[in-house]
Amino acid sequence: MAEQAITGWRKWAEDIGEQCVFFARFFRNIFTGSFEWSEFVRQCYEIGYRSMMLVGITSFIMGLVLVVQLRPSIVALGAESMLPKTLTVSFIREIGPVITAIICAGKIASSIGAELGSMKVTEQIDAMEVSGANPLQYLVVTRILATSLMVPLLAVIGDVIGLFGGFLALNITDNISLPLYFHKCIASLDFSDFLPAVVKTIFFGFAIGFVGCYKGYHSNKGTESVGIAANSAVVTASLWIFVIDAIAVQITSLLFYK
Amino acid sequence: MKATNGNISPKKPASTQKDEVVIHAKGIKVGFVDNEVLKNITFDLKRGENMVVLGKSGSGKSVTIQCIVGLLKPDAGDLTVFGQNVAEMNDDELKQLRMKIGFLFQSGALYDSMTVRENLEFPLTRVLKLNDQQEIDKRVEEVLDGVGLLDAIDKLPSDLSGGMRKRVGLARTLIVKPEIMLYDEPTTGLDPITSREISELILNMQKKYKTSSIIITHDMECARITADRIVVMDDGEYIAEGSYKELQKSDNKMVRSFFNETT
Repeated sequence: MAEQAITGWRKWAEDIGEQCVFFARFFRNIFTGSFEWSEFVRQCYEIGYRSMMLVGITSFIMGLVLVVQLRPSIVALGAESMLPKTLTVSFIREIGPVITAIICAGKIASSIGAELGSMKVTEQIDAMEVSGANPLQYLVVTRILATSLMVPLLAVIGDVIGLFGGFLALNITDNISLPLYFHKCIASLDFSDFLPAVVKTIFFGFAIGFVGCYKGYHSNKGTESVGIAANSAVVTASLWIFVIDAIAVQITSLLFYK
Repeated sequence: MKATNGNISPKKPASTQKDEVVIHAKGIKVGFVDNEVLKNITFDLKRGENMVVLGKSGSGKSVTIQCIVGLLKPDAGDLTVFGQNVAEMNDDELKQLRMKIGFLFQSGALYDSMTVRENLEFPLTRVLKLNDQQEIDKRVEEVLDGVGLLDAIDKLPSDLSGGMRKRVGLARTLIVKPEIMLYDEPTTGLDPITSREISELILNMQKKYKTSSIIITHDMECARITADRIVVMDDGEYIAEGSYKELQKSDNKMVRSFFNETT
Protein backbone atom coordinates (compact mmCIF):
# COMPACT_ATOMS: atom_id res chain seq x y z
CA MET A 1 0.00 0.00 0.00
CA ALA A 2 2.72 2.44 1.07
CA GLU A 3 4.82 1.32 -1.87
CA GLN A 4 1.95 2.08 -4.26
CA ALA A 5 1.55 5.53 -2.73
CA ILE A 6 5.27 6.20 -3.09
CA THR A 7 5.19 5.04 -6.73
CA GLY A 8 2.19 7.27 -7.36
CA TRP A 9 3.89 10.32 -5.86
CA ARG A 10 7.09 9.54 -7.76
CA LYS A 11 5.17 9.37 -11.04
CA TRP A 12 3.41 12.63 -10.21
CA ALA A 13 6.74 14.31 -9.44
CA GLU A 14 8.23 12.94 -12.67
CA ASP A 15 5.26 14.28 -14.60
CA ILE A 16 5.69 17.74 -13.07
CA GLY A 17 9.39 17.61 -13.97
CA GLU A 18 8.59 16.59 -17.54
CA GLN A 19 6.09 19.45 -17.82
CA CYS A 20 8.77 21.91 -16.66
CA VAL A 21 11.21 20.54 -19.25
CA PHE A 22 8.49 20.71 -21.92
CA PHE A 23 7.73 24.31 -20.95
CA ALA A 24 11.43 25.23 -21.15
CA ARG A 25 11.76 23.54 -24.56
CA PHE A 26 8.64 25.34 -25.81
CA PHE A 27 9.97 28.67 -24.60
CA ARG A 28 13.40 28.11 -26.15
CA ASN A 29 11.83 27.12 -29.46
CA ILE A 30 9.85 30.36 -29.69
CA PHE A 31 13.07 32.28 -30.03
CA THR A 32 15.28 29.81 -31.91
CA GLY A 33 14.92 28.72 -35.50
CA SER A 34 12.47 30.03 -38.05
CA PHE A 35 8.89 30.61 -36.96
CA GLU A 36 6.27 28.48 -38.74
CA TRP A 37 3.98 31.32 -39.84
CA SER A 38 1.85 29.29 -42.24
CA GLU A 39 1.15 26.61 -39.63
CA PHE A 40 0.46 29.29 -37.00
CA VAL A 41 -2.11 30.97 -39.28
CA ARG A 42 -3.68 27.59 -40.06
CA GLN A 43 -3.94 26.84 -36.33
CA CYS A 44 -5.47 30.27 -35.65
CA TYR A 45 -8.11 29.48 -38.25
CA GLU A 46 -8.74 25.97 -36.87
CA ILE A 47 -8.78 27.11 -33.25
CA GLY A 48 -10.36 30.53 -33.59
CA TYR A 49 -12.70 30.57 -36.55
CA ARG A 50 -13.93 27.01 -36.11
CA SER A 51 -14.77 27.55 -32.44
CA MET A 52 -16.57 30.84 -33.00
CA MET A 53 -20.00 29.34 -33.62
CA LEU A 54 -19.88 27.18 -30.50
CA VAL A 55 -18.63 30.02 -28.30
CA GLY A 56 -21.21 32.39 -29.83
CA ILE A 57 -24.20 30.10 -29.24
CA THR A 58 -23.10 29.27 -25.69
CA SER A 59 -22.46 32.90 -24.79
CA PHE A 60 -25.78 34.01 -26.28
CA ILE A 61 -27.67 31.44 -24.23
CA MET A 62 -25.69 32.30 -21.10
CA GLY A 63 -26.49 36.01 -21.49
CA LEU A 64 -30.15 35.26 -22.05
CA VAL A 65 -30.43 32.83 -19.14
CA LEU A 66 -28.53 35.13 -16.81
CA VAL A 67 -31.00 37.98 -17.36
CA VAL A 68 -33.99 35.66 -16.94
CA GLN A 69 -32.52 34.36 -13.67
CA LEU A 70 -31.39 37.75 -12.35
CA ARG A 71 -34.50 39.71 -13.17
CA PRO A 72 -36.83 38.58 -10.35
CA SER A 73 -34.24 39.35 -7.64
CA ILE A 74 -33.29 42.70 -9.18
CA VAL A 75 -36.95 43.68 -9.63
CA ALA A 76 -37.65 42.71 -6.00
CA LEU A 77 -34.89 45.10 -4.95
CA GLY A 78 -36.38 47.81 -7.14
CA ALA A 79 -33.19 48.11 -9.15
CA GLU A 80 -34.51 47.06 -12.55
CA SER A 81 -32.52 49.75 -14.31
CA MET A 82 -29.35 48.16 -12.93
CA LEU A 83 -29.93 44.94 -14.87
CA PRO A 84 -27.78 45.84 -17.93
CA LYS A 85 -24.96 46.96 -15.63
CA THR A 86 -25.14 43.80 -13.50
CA LEU A 87 -25.16 41.61 -16.57
CA THR A 88 -22.29 43.48 -18.24
CA VAL A 89 -19.97 43.49 -15.25
CA SER A 90 -20.59 39.85 -14.37
CA PHE A 91 -20.30 38.77 -17.98
CA ILE A 92 -17.19 40.74 -18.91
CA ARG A 93 -15.32 40.11 -15.66
CA GLU A 94 -16.07 36.47 -15.05
CA ILE A 95 -18.76 34.53 -16.90
CA GLY A 96 -17.69 35.31 -20.47
CA PRO A 97 -13.98 34.47 -20.09
CA VAL A 98 -14.57 31.34 -18.00
CA ILE A 99 -17.37 29.97 -20.19
CA THR A 100 -15.33 30.60 -23.34
CA ALA A 101 -12.25 28.98 -21.80
CA ILE A 102 -14.19 25.91 -20.63
CA ILE A 103 -15.76 25.53 -24.08
CA CYS A 104 -12.30 25.84 -25.65
CA ALA A 105 -10.82 23.36 -23.18
CA GLY A 106 -13.45 20.85 -24.28
CA LYS A 107 -13.08 21.51 -27.97
CA ILE A 108 -9.49 22.63 -28.51
CA ALA A 109 -7.45 20.91 -25.78
CA SER A 110 -9.07 17.56 -26.60
CA SER A 111 -8.55 18.05 -30.31
CA ILE A 112 -4.87 19.00 -29.90
CA GLY A 113 -4.33 16.12 -27.44
CA ALA A 114 -5.95 13.63 -29.81
CA GLU A 115 -4.17 14.99 -32.90
CA LEU A 116 -0.69 14.93 -31.40
CA GLY A 117 -1.42 11.65 -29.61
CA SER A 118 -2.41 10.05 -32.89
CA MET A 119 0.70 11.51 -34.58
CA LYS A 120 2.78 9.95 -31.81
CA VAL A 121 1.09 6.56 -32.19
CA THR A 122 1.54 6.54 -35.97
CA GLU A 123 5.21 7.59 -35.59
CA GLN A 124 4.68 10.91 -37.42
CA ILE A 125 6.38 12.86 -34.63
CA ASP A 126 9.32 10.41 -34.65
CA ALA A 127 9.47 10.75 -38.45
CA MET A 128 9.73 14.54 -38.14
CA GLU A 129 12.43 14.21 -35.49
CA VAL A 130 14.59 11.72 -37.39
CA SER A 131 14.32 13.76 -40.57
CA GLY A 132 16.11 16.59 -38.77
CA ALA A 133 13.01 18.81 -38.61
CA ASN A 134 11.89 20.26 -35.30
CA PRO A 135 8.48 18.85 -34.30
CA LEU A 136 8.29 21.15 -31.28
CA GLN A 137 8.60 24.22 -33.45
CA TYR A 138 6.12 22.99 -36.02
CA LEU A 139 3.53 21.31 -33.81
CA VAL A 140 3.80 22.72 -30.31
CA VAL A 141 4.92 26.36 -30.57
CA THR A 142 2.35 27.17 -33.25
CA ARG A 143 -0.53 25.57 -31.36
CA ILE A 144 0.24 27.10 -27.98
CA LEU A 145 0.70 30.58 -29.44
CA ALA A 146 -2.46 30.20 -31.51
CA THR A 147 -4.55 29.27 -28.46
CA SER A 148 -2.97 32.12 -26.45
CA LEU A 149 -4.06 34.55 -29.17
CA MET A 150 -7.41 33.07 -30.17
CA VAL A 151 -8.97 32.34 -26.76
CA PRO A 152 -8.90 36.05 -25.73
CA LEU A 153 -10.40 37.01 -29.10
CA LEU A 154 -13.10 34.37 -28.73
CA ALA A 155 -13.81 35.59 -25.19
CA VAL A 156 -14.29 39.18 -26.42
CA ILE A 157 -16.59 38.00 -29.22
CA GLY A 158 -18.42 35.77 -26.70
CA ASP A 159 -18.88 38.77 -24.36
CA VAL A 160 -20.50 40.85 -27.10
CA ILE A 161 -22.78 38.00 -28.19
CA GLY A 162 -23.66 37.27 -24.55
CA LEU A 163 -24.76 40.88 -24.11
CA PHE A 164 -26.98 40.50 -27.18
CA GLY A 165 -28.53 37.43 -25.50
CA GLY A 166 -29.13 39.56 -22.41
CA PHE A 167 -30.77 42.23 -24.55
CA LEU A 168 -33.14 39.69 -26.08
CA ALA A 169 -34.23 38.44 -22.65
CA LEU A 170 -34.62 41.98 -21.36
CA ASN A 171 -36.55 43.09 -24.41
CA ILE A 172 -39.17 40.38 -23.94
CA THR A 173 -40.32 41.86 -20.62
CA ASP A 174 -39.07 45.45 -20.75
CA ASN A 175 -39.29 47.74 -23.70
CA ILE A 176 -35.68 48.86 -24.08
CA SER A 177 -34.03 49.87 -27.34
CA LEU A 178 -30.76 48.28 -28.48
CA PRO A 179 -28.78 51.59 -28.49
CA LEU A 180 -30.01 52.45 -24.99
CA TYR A 181 -29.22 48.95 -23.74
CA PHE A 182 -25.68 49.03 -25.11
CA HIS A 183 -25.21 52.61 -23.90
CA LYS A 184 -26.03 51.39 -20.39
CA CYS A 185 -23.77 48.36 -20.79
CA ILE A 186 -20.75 50.36 -21.97
CA ALA A 187 -21.31 53.18 -19.47
CA SER A 188 -21.17 50.68 -16.63
CA LEU A 189 -17.77 49.33 -17.74
CA ASP A 190 -14.43 50.44 -16.39
CA PHE A 191 -11.00 49.81 -17.81
CA SER A 192 -10.41 47.65 -14.71
CA ASP A 193 -13.33 45.41 -15.71
CA PHE A 194 -12.09 44.77 -19.20
CA LEU A 195 -8.28 44.57 -19.04
CA PRO A 196 -7.80 41.93 -16.29
CA ALA A 197 -10.46 39.78 -17.96
CA VAL A 198 -8.62 39.88 -21.29
CA VAL A 199 -5.26 39.26 -19.65
CA LYS A 200 -6.51 36.20 -17.81
CA THR A 201 -7.95 34.74 -21.04
CA ILE A 202 -4.43 34.87 -22.51
CA PHE A 203 -3.34 32.59 -19.65
CA PHE A 204 -6.44 30.41 -20.15
CA GLY A 205 -5.49 30.07 -23.83
CA PHE A 206 -1.91 29.26 -22.95
CA ALA A 207 -3.01 26.59 -20.46
CA ILE A 208 -5.38 25.02 -23.02
CA GLY A 209 -2.68 24.87 -25.70
CA PHE A 210 0.08 23.77 -23.37
CA VAL A 211 -1.92 20.99 -21.70
CA GLY A 212 -3.27 19.73 -25.04
CA CYS A 213 0.20 19.66 -26.58
CA TYR A 214 1.86 18.12 -23.53
CA LYS A 215 -0.71 15.34 -23.17
CA GLY A 216 -0.64 14.52 -26.88
CA TYR A 217 3.13 14.76 -27.27
CA HIS A 218 3.75 12.52 -24.26
CA SER A 219 1.05 9.94 -24.92
CA ASN A 220 2.06 6.29 -24.96
CA LYS A 221 2.23 4.26 -28.12
CA GLY A 222 -1.13 2.54 -28.56
CA THR A 223 -4.53 3.53 -29.89
CA GLU A 224 -5.97 3.61 -26.37
CA SER A 225 -3.45 6.36 -25.50
CA VAL A 226 -5.06 8.75 -27.99
CA GLY A 227 -8.35 8.67 -26.08
CA ILE A 228 -6.53 8.95 -22.76
CA ALA A 229 -4.52 11.95 -24.02
CA ALA A 230 -7.66 13.74 -25.26
CA ASN A 231 -9.61 13.04 -22.08
CA SER A 232 -6.76 13.95 -19.79
CA ALA A 233 -6.15 17.17 -21.75
CA VAL A 234 -9.76 18.33 -21.20
CA VAL A 235 -9.78 17.49 -17.49
CA THR A 236 -6.38 19.05 -16.76
CA ALA A 237 -7.00 22.16 -18.88
CA SER A 238 -10.40 22.74 -17.20
CA LEU A 239 -8.80 22.40 -13.78
CA TRP A 240 -6.04 24.84 -14.74
CA ILE A 241 -8.64 27.36 -15.94
CA PHE A 242 -10.24 27.47 -12.49
CA VAL A 243 -6.86 27.64 -10.74
CA ILE A 244 -5.73 30.52 -12.99
CA ASP A 245 -9.11 32.22 -12.51
CA ALA A 246 -8.79 32.02 -8.71
CA ILE A 247 -5.29 33.50 -8.84
CA ALA A 248 -6.33 36.18 -11.37
CA VAL A 249 -9.29 37.26 -9.24
CA GLN A 250 -7.03 37.67 -6.21
CA ILE A 251 -4.47 39.70 -8.15
CA THR A 252 -7.18 41.83 -9.80
CA SER A 253 -8.82 42.52 -6.42
CA LEU A 254 -5.52 43.63 -4.97
CA LEU A 255 -4.66 45.86 -7.91
CA PHE A 256 -8.02 47.37 -8.89
CA TYR A 257 -10.75 46.89 -6.28
CA LYS A 258 -9.08 47.81 -2.99
CA MET B 1 27.92 17.70 -45.77
CA LYS B 2 25.77 20.59 -44.76
CA ALA B 3 22.96 21.99 -46.84
CA THR B 4 22.89 25.72 -47.17
CA ASN B 5 19.90 27.97 -47.56
CA GLY B 6 18.52 27.53 -51.04
CA ASN B 7 21.64 25.85 -52.28
CA ILE B 8 22.33 22.19 -51.75
CA SER B 9 25.76 20.84 -52.21
CA PRO B 10 25.74 17.57 -54.11
CA LYS B 11 25.82 14.62 -51.77
CA LYS B 12 29.06 12.89 -52.44
CA PRO B 13 30.51 10.45 -49.98
CA ALA B 14 33.27 11.93 -47.88
CA SER B 15 35.41 9.06 -48.97
CA THR B 16 34.68 6.87 -51.93
CA GLN B 17 36.50 3.87 -50.48
CA LYS B 18 34.14 0.92 -50.67
CA ASP B 19 35.37 -0.55 -47.39
CA GLU B 20 34.77 2.63 -45.46
CA VAL B 21 32.73 1.89 -42.34
CA VAL B 22 29.82 4.31 -42.00
CA ILE B 23 28.24 2.77 -38.89
CA HIS B 24 30.29 1.05 -36.22
CA ALA B 25 28.55 -0.54 -33.25
CA LYS B 26 30.45 -2.29 -30.49
CA GLY B 27 28.95 -3.92 -27.40
CA ILE B 28 25.63 -2.05 -27.58
CA LYS B 29 23.29 -2.72 -24.68
CA VAL B 30 19.81 -1.27 -24.27
CA GLY B 31 17.34 -2.09 -21.53
CA PHE B 32 13.84 -0.97 -20.55
CA VAL B 33 13.09 -1.30 -16.83
CA ASP B 34 13.96 -4.96 -16.10
CA ASN B 35 14.06 -6.10 -19.70
CA GLU B 36 17.38 -6.10 -21.56
CA VAL B 37 16.41 -5.63 -25.22
CA LEU B 38 19.87 -5.46 -26.80
CA LYS B 39 22.71 -7.51 -25.34
CA ASN B 40 26.17 -6.82 -26.63
CA ILE B 41 25.40 -5.96 -30.26
CA THR B 42 28.45 -5.48 -32.49
CA PHE B 43 28.44 -4.78 -36.23
CA ASP B 44 29.90 -2.59 -38.97
CA LEU B 45 28.04 -1.20 -41.96
CA LYS B 46 30.21 -0.39 -44.95
CA ARG B 47 29.54 2.28 -47.54
CA GLY B 48 27.18 1.13 -50.28
CA GLU B 49 26.30 -2.07 -48.41
CA ASN B 50 22.80 -3.44 -47.82
CA MET B 51 22.68 -5.19 -44.46
CA VAL B 52 19.51 -7.06 -43.56
CA VAL B 53 18.70 -7.75 -39.91
CA LEU B 54 16.43 -10.76 -39.56
CA GLY B 55 14.71 -11.71 -36.36
CA LYS B 56 11.46 -12.58 -34.65
CA SER B 57 9.14 -9.80 -33.47
CA GLY B 58 10.41 -8.40 -30.18
CA SER B 59 13.98 -9.55 -30.73
CA GLY B 60 15.27 -5.94 -30.62
CA LYS B 61 15.72 -5.24 -34.34
CA SER B 62 13.96 -1.87 -34.40
CA VAL B 63 15.71 -0.75 -31.21
CA THR B 64 19.04 -1.08 -33.02
CA ILE B 65 18.13 1.41 -35.74
CA GLN B 66 16.41 3.74 -33.27
CA CYS B 67 19.77 3.98 -31.47
CA ILE B 68 21.50 4.88 -34.75
CA VAL B 69 19.33 7.99 -35.26
CA GLY B 70 19.47 8.94 -31.58
CA LEU B 71 15.82 8.20 -30.78
CA LEU B 72 17.15 5.88 -28.05
CA LYS B 73 20.42 6.03 -26.19
CA PRO B 74 22.38 2.84 -25.54
CA ASP B 75 23.01 2.00 -21.88
CA ALA B 76 26.48 0.72 -22.79
CA GLY B 77 28.77 0.31 -25.78
CA ASP B 78 30.04 2.51 -28.59
CA LEU B 79 27.91 3.53 -31.53
CA THR B 80 29.58 5.74 -34.10
CA VAL B 81 28.06 7.01 -37.35
CA PHE B 82 30.47 8.63 -39.81
CA GLY B 83 33.03 8.46 -37.02
CA GLN B 84 30.93 10.45 -34.52
CA ASN B 85 29.65 8.94 -31.29
CA VAL B 86 25.85 9.28 -31.38
CA ALA B 87 25.38 9.17 -27.60
CA GLU B 88 27.72 12.15 -27.11
CA MET B 89 26.09 14.39 -29.72
CA ASN B 90 24.24 17.58 -28.80
CA ASP B 91 20.96 18.57 -30.48
CA ASP B 92 22.62 20.43 -33.36
CA GLU B 93 25.08 17.63 -34.10
CA LEU B 94 22.24 15.12 -33.98
CA LYS B 95 20.25 17.24 -36.42
CA GLN B 96 23.22 17.38 -38.82
CA LEU B 97 23.62 13.61 -38.56
CA ARG B 98 19.92 12.97 -39.14
CA MET B 99 20.10 14.98 -42.35
CA LYS B 100 22.40 12.28 -43.70
CA ILE B 101 20.17 9.39 -42.59
CA GLY B 102 16.84 8.37 -44.06
CA PHE B 103 14.45 6.39 -41.86
CA LEU B 104 11.50 4.55 -43.36
CA PHE B 105 9.02 3.67 -40.64
CA GLN B 106 6.96 0.50 -40.67
CA SER B 107 3.74 2.44 -41.28
CA GLY B 108 5.32 4.97 -43.66
CA ALA B 109 4.55 7.64 -41.00
CA LEU B 110 3.17 10.10 -43.56
CA TYR B 111 1.88 13.38 -42.10
CA ASP B 112 -1.82 12.74 -42.51
CA SER B 113 -2.93 16.38 -42.58
CA MET B 114 -0.70 17.04 -45.62
CA THR B 115 -0.98 15.94 -49.24
CA VAL B 116 1.73 13.77 -50.80
CA ARG B 117 3.30 16.90 -52.31
CA GLU B 118 3.35 18.67 -48.92
CA ASN B 119 4.77 15.57 -47.25
CA LEU B 120 7.66 15.60 -49.69
CA GLU B 121 8.14 19.35 -49.52
CA PHE B 122 8.34 19.25 -45.72
CA PRO B 123 11.95 17.98 -45.39
CA LEU B 124 13.07 20.24 -48.27
CA THR B 125 11.72 23.42 -46.73
CA ARG B 126 12.19 22.60 -43.04
CA VAL B 127 15.41 20.61 -43.07
CA LEU B 128 17.32 21.70 -46.17
CA LYS B 129 15.72 25.17 -46.00
CA LEU B 130 15.13 25.32 -49.74
CA ASN B 131 13.24 28.42 -50.92
CA ASP B 132 13.26 28.02 -54.68
CA GLN B 133 9.80 26.62 -55.54
CA GLN B 134 10.96 25.46 -58.98
CA GLU B 135 13.79 23.46 -57.44
CA ILE B 136 11.38 22.03 -54.84
CA ASP B 137 8.82 21.02 -57.49
CA LYS B 138 11.54 19.46 -59.62
CA ARG B 139 12.85 17.37 -56.75
CA VAL B 140 9.37 16.30 -55.61
CA GLU B 141 8.35 15.22 -59.10
CA GLU B 142 11.64 13.46 -59.76
CA VAL B 143 11.55 11.39 -56.58
CA LEU B 144 7.83 10.60 -56.91
CA ASP B 145 8.42 9.48 -60.46
CA GLY B 146 11.18 7.24 -59.13
CA VAL B 147 8.74 5.40 -56.88
CA GLY B 148 6.06 5.39 -59.60
CA LEU B 149 3.55 7.62 -57.83
CA LEU B 150 3.59 10.89 -59.73
CA ASP B 151 -0.18 10.60 -60.24
CA ALA B 152 -0.77 10.63 -56.48
CA ILE B 153 0.98 13.95 -55.92
CA ASP B 154 -2.10 15.82 -54.71
CA LYS B 155 -3.69 12.98 -52.78
CA LEU B 156 -3.94 12.75 -49.01
CA PRO B 157 -2.31 9.75 -47.23
CA SER B 158 -5.79 8.51 -46.30
CA ASP B 159 -6.52 8.04 -50.03
CA LEU B 160 -3.48 5.78 -50.52
CA SER B 161 -3.10 2.02 -50.08
CA GLY B 162 -0.54 0.54 -47.67
CA GLY B 163 1.97 -0.10 -50.46
CA MET B 164 1.54 3.40 -51.87
CA ARG B 165 2.11 4.92 -48.42
CA LYS B 166 5.36 3.00 -48.09
CA ARG B 167 6.45 4.22 -51.52
CA VAL B 168 5.66 7.82 -50.58
CA GLY B 169 7.43 7.31 -47.25
CA LEU B 170 10.45 6.03 -49.15
CA ALA B 171 10.30 9.00 -51.52
CA ARG B 172 10.14 11.39 -48.57
CA THR B 173 13.28 9.94 -47.03
CA LEU B 174 15.15 9.80 -50.34
CA ILE B 175 14.31 13.38 -51.33
CA VAL B 176 17.02 14.76 -49.05
CA LYS B 177 19.54 12.36 -50.62
CA PRO B 178 20.65 10.55 -47.47
CA GLU B 179 23.88 8.59 -47.30
CA ILE B 180 22.41 5.91 -45.04
CA MET B 181 18.92 4.41 -45.25
CA LEU B 182 17.28 2.60 -42.35
CA TYR B 183 14.19 0.54 -43.18
CA ASP B 184 11.97 -0.65 -40.34
CA GLU B 185 10.07 -3.67 -41.66
CA PRO B 186 9.35 -2.16 -45.09
CA THR B 187 7.18 -5.02 -46.33
CA THR B 188 5.15 -5.81 -43.22
CA GLY B 189 1.40 -5.84 -43.81
CA LEU B 190 1.69 -5.97 -47.59
CA ASP B 191 0.60 -8.69 -50.01
CA PRO B 192 3.40 -10.80 -51.58
CA ILE B 193 3.28 -8.97 -54.92
CA THR B 194 3.48 -5.49 -53.36
CA SER B 195 6.15 -6.73 -50.92
CA ARG B 196 8.27 -7.85 -53.83
CA GLU B 197 7.73 -4.52 -55.61
CA ILE B 198 8.83 -2.64 -52.48
CA SER B 199 11.88 -4.87 -52.07
CA GLU B 200 12.90 -4.31 -55.68
CA LEU B 201 12.29 -0.59 -55.27
CA ILE B 202 14.60 -0.56 -52.22
CA LEU B 203 17.30 -2.25 -54.28
CA ASN B 204 16.82 0.10 -57.23
CA MET B 205 16.87 3.17 -55.01
CA GLN B 206 20.00 1.93 -53.27
CA LYS B 207 21.72 1.60 -56.65
CA LYS B 208 20.43 4.96 -57.89
CA TYR B 209 21.25 6.99 -54.76
CA LYS B 210 24.25 4.84 -53.71
CA THR B 211 23.12 4.62 -50.10
CA SER B 212 24.24 2.24 -47.37
CA SER B 213 21.21 0.51 -45.87
CA ILE B 214 20.08 -1.44 -42.85
CA ILE B 215 16.86 -3.30 -43.54
CA ILE B 216 14.98 -4.68 -40.56
CA THR B 217 12.66 -7.44 -41.63
CA HIS B 218 11.34 -10.93 -41.07
CA ASP B 219 10.32 -11.25 -44.70
CA MET B 220 12.72 -13.75 -46.31
CA GLU B 221 11.83 -12.68 -49.85
CA CYS B 222 12.73 -9.09 -48.99
CA ALA B 223 15.99 -10.32 -47.44
CA ARG B 224 16.82 -12.41 -50.50
CA ILE B 225 16.23 -9.54 -52.92
CA THR B 226 17.89 -6.72 -51.00
CA ALA B 227 20.67 -8.21 -48.85
CA ASP B 228 24.41 -8.07 -49.47
CA ARG B 229 24.79 -9.45 -45.96
CA ILE B 230 22.31 -10.81 -43.43
CA VAL B 231 22.60 -10.89 -39.66
CA VAL B 232 20.12 -12.93 -37.67
CA MET B 233 19.01 -11.69 -34.29
CA ASP B 234 17.45 -13.56 -31.41
CA ASP B 235 16.64 -12.31 -27.93
CA GLY B 236 18.74 -9.15 -28.28
CA GLU B 237 21.82 -10.83 -29.73
CA TYR B 238 23.26 -11.48 -33.17
CA ILE B 239 23.43 -15.24 -33.60
CA ALA B 240 24.51 -15.62 -37.22
CA GLU B 241 25.91 -13.60 -40.09
CA GLY B 242 26.53 -14.21 -43.78
CA SER B 243 25.11 -13.96 -47.26
CA TYR B 244 21.68 -15.38 -48.08
CA LYS B 245 23.25 -18.48 -49.63
CA GLU B 246 25.62 -19.01 -46.71
CA LEU B 247 22.87 -18.75 -44.13
CA GLN B 248 20.70 -21.19 -46.08
CA LYS B 249 23.26 -23.86 -45.14
CA SER B 250 23.45 -22.82 -41.47
CA ASP B 251 23.07 -25.43 -38.73
CA ASN B 252 21.66 -22.94 -36.27
CA LYS B 253 18.10 -23.88 -35.33
CA MET B 254 16.75 -20.33 -35.36
CA VAL B 255 18.38 -19.54 -38.73
CA ARG B 256 17.08 -22.76 -40.20
CA SER B 257 13.56 -22.00 -39.00
CA PHE B 258 13.64 -18.73 -40.98
CA PHE B 259 14.89 -20.37 -44.16
CA ASN B 260 12.68 -23.46 -43.87
CA GLU B 261 9.63 -21.22 -44.02
CA THR B 262 10.53 -20.20 -47.54
CA THR B 263 11.66 -23.54 -48.91
